[in-house]
Amino acid sequence: MSVPVAPSVERRRRARDDGGPWPHLLLAWPTLALTLLFLIPLGTIAALGFFRRIQAGFFEVGFVTSNYARALDGFHLERLAVSVLLALAATLITLLVAVPFAYLLTRRPRRAQVPYLVLVLASLSLSEVIVAFAWSLMLSRTSGISNVLVMAGLMEAPASWSPGLWAVVLAFVFVALPLAILSLYPTFSRLDQELPEAAGTMGAAPLVGFVTVVLPLVRRAVAATAALVFIFVLGAYVIPQTLGRPAHWTIPVHITDQAIMKNHLPLAAALAIVLLVVSSLIAVAIVAIGAGRFDPSRSPRLAAPERAR
Amino acid sequence: MSTPRPDLTIQGLGKRFGATVALDGVDLRVPGGSLVCFVGPSGCGKTTLLRIIAGLETPSAGHVMLGERDLTRVPVHRRDVGMVFQSYALFPHLTVAENVAYGLRIRGVPKRQRLARAQELLELVKLPDVSTHRVAQLSGGMRQRVAMARALALDPALFLLDEPLSALDAKLREGMQVELRRLQRRVGITTIIVTHDQEEAMTMADLVVVMGDNRVQQVGPPLEIYRRPTNRFVAGFVGTNNFLPGRVMAADALEVAGVRASVAAGALVPALGSEVTVAIRPESLRLRAQAPATAALHGTVVFVRDLGRVVETRVRVLEHELIISGRGGFAEGDGVWVELPETGLVALAS
Repeated sequence: MSVPVAPSVERRRRARDDGGPWPHLLLAWPTLALTLLFLIPLGTIAALGFFRRIQAGFFEVGFVTSNYARALDGFHLERLAVSVLLALAATLITLLVAVPFAYLLTRRPRRAQVPYLVLVLASLSLSEVIVAFAWSLMLSRTSGISNVLVMAGLMEAPASWSPGLWAVVLAFVFVALPLAILSLYPTFSRLDQELPEAAGTMGAAPLVGFVTVVLPLVRRAVAATAALVFIFVLGAYVIPQTLGRPAHWTIPVHITDQAIMKNHLPLAAALAIVLLVVSSLIAVAIVAIGAGRFDPSRSPRLAAPERAR
Repeated sequence: MSTPRPDLTIQGLGKRFGATVALDGVDLRVPGGSLVCFVGPSGCGKTTLLRIIAGLETPSAGHVMLGERDLTRVPVHRRDVGMVFQSYALFPHLTVAENVAYGLRIRGVPKRQRLARAQELLELVKLPDVSTHRVAQLSGGMRQRVAMARALALDPALFLLDEPLSALDAKLREGMQVELRRLQRRVGITTIIVTHDQEEAMTMADLVVVMGDNRVQQVGPPLEIYRRPTNRFVAGFVGTNNFLPGRVMAADALEVAGVRASVAAGALVPALGSEVTVAIRPESLRLRAQAPATAALHGTVVFVRDLGRVVETRVRVLEHELIISGRGGFAEGDGVWVELPETGLVALAS
């Protein structure tokens, strides 16, 4: 589908080329920063994965494939699978909360949105470490939420909910939620209020209108948010370490373990590269699905309500 | 239409948004099958009233009835209304045909059937060839028609349009006014159009509802609204009017700007002796070079504007400036007599 280009857009395009040396100079700084602070360390780490470890010491320059081989052995692949599944589950739950929240929030008058946005921003400022320890306290048997429930007569005896799988997922969702809401907010704000209303006048109940009209229009933003949350959660290591049992330890926990506890930097580097490649691939896949590139039929949304009947 | 369309009745309707009153004590009856225009300045509550009828807002007081059915608490998706929004609110992710067929799809009508119906409706609005286009590829006028086709797809009990023509340029708007009216006649659907353009309301509607200050000011056929406004607001909002101070002298006589004028019997509503504002349409007044036998005011021509079909002459009478439209023939500075007609003097309580 070719979209006619408005004259103003055409003019802007031309202006971009005629800006003299300044735009290039301005772009040089981020390029330089990216090279120095991202690409060079990344290359270093990728190379480090091939270096030889020295027992009880550090490492020496060399070329061995054993680190990458170990990073891809059965144990680490299983850890990788656990990490990805945990992150995907946390991403899904985060979206299930964040999408309706962002939608309902942006339907409110501007003034009414402010306190919620302040709260969201405030919780964004909490670091992963603080969140992990706060939840480990709140989920403990001695001083946690279960004591409050016992006092309220809702439980017989206080229970310990941490460490455990759901403690990890809960904390993941907690740290990812403000990020997801703020990432969805601009798109949802721009959504024409009259679109779901129009769906309503044509017989669509609010939820049906949301699924058939709102979701298709925000799917790119939702997919981008999903990718963001996924990468963010997959990189967390304090939460699984603090709130999870060893069975829930993710690859980042093992990277930390290898790098700091076991002094095996080359293996840590190899694990980091494997994690980077896998998480990038999944994130790209999520965004591609959001853009509709993997749609089996051209408009599956049209068929959905019929199937529901 | 085989079944008679039920009347829409609105009783004691009120709406508050926090401390602000948007609608106050609205009573109204829209006859089934008619075309009604809500007209008024912006902020008068006309869109709020339409949204309450559609079910998009909940009233703070009063009832909305369609025939015997109380719609007041019925949610929008069970109301059986078709609505054209000011922004058109077409779904950008669907094709034109999918937009028109959306309501049918929600009701579970099979794809082939609903697309056939969509095509039928697109033909009704004279857009048979755009069914596979995306909304973004359409012009403003085409989007407007698609929005109408979509609103009519479910053959709703009420067809509601919120400022449907305001986004179109003047020429297209005039064409669409005629087309919309003909479409409504053909379909026979009870239609409510909200507009701030009083000319649009006068040329299209069976019944005009003039709104101002969050209430209904007057309801009536266009000509009645034009000729017999019941208050100063309506007289000033609809068309051009001259206002002069007056007093009711007898059952058939007024004093206008110090001159006694007789009026048609039965035309005077305000009580004998009361101070009134007299509204006179520019085309009811006549200019004379000599003092006529009937009641007339003397003044000086201050401005002449030739509009082609008529000449608009502005005459200063005492401290008032009157607009007279007619054949003209006078120049600025001329002393003239403005003849007061026997019919066409409307006395309004001041």
